[in-house]
Amino acid sequence: MSAIVVFVDQLDAPGKLSGTATQLLTLARSAGEPVAVVAGPVGAEVLAELGAYGVARVLNSEQAELAQYLVAPKADLVAQAAAAVSASAVLVDNSAAGKEIAARVGVTLNAGVITDAVTVTADGGTLLAHKSVLAGSWTVEARATSAVSVIAVKSHAVEAAAAAAPSAPAVEAVAVAFAPASLGARVVSRTPRAASGRPELEDARIVVAGGRGVDGDFTPIEELADVLGAAVGASRAATDAGWISHASQVGQTGKKVSPQLYISVGISGAIQQKAGMQTSKLIVAVNKDSESPIFEIADFGIVGDLFQVLPQAVEEIKRRRA
Amino acid sequence: MENSALNIVVLVKYVPDAQFDRHLTGDARTIDRSESILSELDEYALEAALALTDARGGAKAGNNVTALTVGPASAAVAVKKSLQIGATQGLHVSDEALAGSDASATSLVLAAAIKSLGPVDLVITGMASTDAETSIVPAQLAARLGLPQITFASALDVAGTTVTARRDGDDFSEEIQATLPALVSVTDQANDPRYPNFKGILAAKKKKVTTVSLAELGVSPDAVGHAGSLTQVTAAAERPARTAGTIITDSGDAGIQLVDFLAAQKLI
Repeated sequence: MSAIVVFVDQLDAPGKLSGTATQLLTLARSAGEPVAVVAGPVGAEVLAELGAYGVARVLNSEQAELAQYLVAPKADLVAQAAAAVSASAVLVDNSAAGKEIAARVGVTLNAGVITDAVTVTADGGTLLAHKSVLAGSWTVEARATSAVSVIAVKSHAVEAAAAAAPSAPAVEAVAVAFAPASLGARVVSRTPRAASGRPELEDARIVVAGGRGVDGDFTPIEELADVLGAAVGASRAATDAGWISHASQVGQTGKKVSPQLYISVGISGAIQQKAGMQTSKLIVAVNKDSESPIFEIADFGIVGDLFQVLPQAVEEIKRRRA
Repeated sequence: MENSALNIVVLVKYVPDAQFDRHLTGDARTIDRSESILSELDEYALEAALALTDARGGAKAGNNVTALTVGPASAAVAVKKSLQIGATQGLHVSDEALAGSDASATSLVLAAAIKSLGPVDLVITGMASTDAETSIVPAQLAARLGLPQITFASALDVAGTTVTARRDGDDFSEEIQATLPALVSVTDQANDPRYPNFKGILAAKKKKVTTVSLAELGVSPDAVGHAGSLTQVTAAAERPARTAGTIITDSGDAGIQLVDFLAAQKLI
């Protein structure tokens, strides 16, 4: 079986594998021999987790450059480790940095790069990536035609599952030879962004999103999200107005989400917004304007005042649960 | 440090207008490019370049903003629009062999085109194209050109030979610095793009657009198009259009009806 590299970033939140990392390891194990390439330390707990997911080999680097410069040094690590283990595929998460690592690894290894994969299946020795394109209006299946495939995979492409029998991986330290230009974009400072305590938008089963109609007050959106255990999203109009962090933006230039349920509140539903949410399983819309295009794609729509409808729904959910 | 004139290349792409239905066509499942426009996300890149060169006295002071596109003859529209907005010259790589190029092949051609321009201080791009939306061309181009890569900049400044940018991630906001020359991609948070005005539209007619072929750039036709691409679309299907479901008008109990709907869907 050929080696399939999974990139694991342990620099920002060391000590535990992310949900996406366990999903990618599960995927790698189903199609080949999973090899974890780790930027940062490999603690005992992480090593045990990697073993539980059937990882046979772990290559890691704790070189300071990996955190001191933007993205490129991590791509050098992944490319050099993938070459060292003769990997047939490289899997990374679909974050901005993940896609850029994929991009650069593709150039270094002369490998085809596919991003935004929602599922990945193995066809013999070839990985087939399935993705939504053109704002979710088309789905395509794509593959790399090169010796190595590089795929950036979205969260929940597969369900994470531990191996039937855990392995006892050895950790091999890699000395990465960084390209001069990889050490060109220096991280001068980092400011943590406030955590909301709610689920991540791209991981959430339910998303409640607000737009221009909330008129500066996200309280009803947040209260409904909290009784549903949902993530809070927003249209660009709401983030541009400064009512909520830009990190909450759903749409063409924000997050692209496909939850079980997307509740769109006070959002007209312009094409740029639809691009981020129209692959959701169910869409509920609340808007006071019955002509809003969002109603054209809503499974359940309410023409009404969100400041009446949402608090009433919150109270009713609490009442039924009491 | 003195702010000397800048030579900037801005990548511009001719993409199908997202306001209309978009389609994949043909055996190769490529994007139907009728009803196309300058990618709106490229307007932020162009604005970022023009803000920097305006602050240095514009074209009169020796600043230069080249709008570069790779694409069919019709893609000249994207260059023309860029010149109307304020770019000083255009470079259009046009060649039949380019059809079907993936990001890897596209970045290869862009790298060759930028090298043909001689020394450049900055390459500025948008955060993604609005058609393929992979966001990987900027990183691939930086790797091919051996330039420092500052991507997803939501703020950008150049002082002397130092470029400083802010990158807003989910967990961190980072300040990134590099020494020119460098490649920067900017988000839609970076600025408010200007519109072409009447003077700009007239001035654009006198600006120079150079059209080059792959042979003139020394790029083999085998390195681009379907032959040179490292990815292949093996199947494509149009997702059934979503249809409207039940729409009600609130008569005092819509919140309760909403909960009924969620309960029926087993979501609460």
